Amino acid sequence: MKNNYSMIIVLGIFSIVAAFLLSMTYQGTKDKIEEAYRQELIKALNIILPPHDNQPDKDTINIDDKTVYVAKKDGKLVGIAFKTLSSKGYSGDIDVLVGVETNNRIYGIEILRHAETPGLGSKIESDKFKQSFKGLTASDKIAVKKDGGIIDQFSGATISPRAVCEAVSNGIKFAENVLKNPQVIGGNK
Amino acid sequence: MRLSVLFEGIWKNNGVFKQVLGMCPALAVTTSVKNGLGMGLATTFVLICSNFVISLIRNIVPSKVRIPVYIVVIASFVTIVDLIMNAYLHDLHKVLGLFIPLIVVNCIILGRAESFASKNGAADSIMDGIGIGLGFTLALVILGGFREILGNGSILDINIFGSSYNPVIVMIMPPGAFIGLGFIMFLINYFEKRKRS
Repeated sequence: MKNNYSMIIVLGIFSIVAAFLLSMTYQGTKDKIEEAYRQELIKALNIILPPHDNQPDKDTINIDDKTVYVAKKDGKLVGIAFKTLSSKGYSGDIDVLVGVETNNRIYGIEILRHAETPGLGSKIESDKFKQSFKGLTASDKIAVKKDGGIIDQFSGATISPRAVCEAVSNGIKFAENVLKNPQVIGGNK
Repeated sequence: MRLSVLFEGIWKNNGVFKQVLGMCPALAVTTSVKNGLGMGLATTFVLICSNFVISLIRNIVPSKVRIPVYIVVIASFVTIVDLIMNAYLHDLHKVLGLFIPLIVVNCIILGRAESFASKNGAADSIMDGIGIGLGFTLALVILGGFREILGNGSILDINIFGSSYNPVIVMIMPPGAFIGLGFIMFLINYFEKRKRS
């Protein structure tokens, strides 16, 4: 019996100590981690939005349950950005941040999160691929060449770029509606 | 005594090539040298910490609950590494984030806790952690290099064959990990057997 009690006590003490250490670490790093994610978003927004002088990550509007980041220069709207996602990736969802100018053209895209095969599908992160979306509008055929579109796929990986195309082409349609919305255009906040 | 523990861990007792342990991370993350190196070093850090703590508590843990206690210690260190890396090395964490929780189930770490740290003193256990950890890193870098060179035509993201090279794509897909590991272990065993005879 004595042995049984010591078993419970030792395991219990170790669990309590571990839980204490973990909560300390969590408390200590929580703000840092949030800040790191915010910096990441700001970095991405600065790439995919035209030059602006406000803080798009704070200047947001909610439309159809989507957060739209608004970029302004001298108080005038220059572009919007929002997250769009495709669940047709090779493994898991692909989150894409799309930036659109006021003339309905894509200014840039950024892949926020994906779990595609490293070295194959992960090439959707390459600048060359992301650049190929620049300047496209909703009337362009945003799809991989295999599907009759204008975006290059990679040898050995068609599914990942196809999923990105799906996300972007859904996104640009959404952007057209948003840019017609007086709440956004006249937004004098 | 102590230095021999270190060198044994790196090669003679190499976790991947000789003991064939820790296959899950060794096969899953080695699509490039960079991933292998990052995973290896993160594992080394956890291994040193867990070996150290377990060697200190080895005399107070009843043998019936030793495995749960070791797992609590290892999982705590992994979570701490995960949080700290996310906060201070955010870019590296983006690359390795998916794999860090995998360290918990790396049987090399539990294996060393059970077979070395629970029987030896703190200093030796730290040496063993460094040795086995570096050996694991070495194995991951070799396998990652092999797969990256053949499968992507590059090493550390630097293109080495020029654009005319047509990469063997299967090498960076999951089957390539098994093929690569098989060939590397064949070569090691072949040369060691020849040296002995």
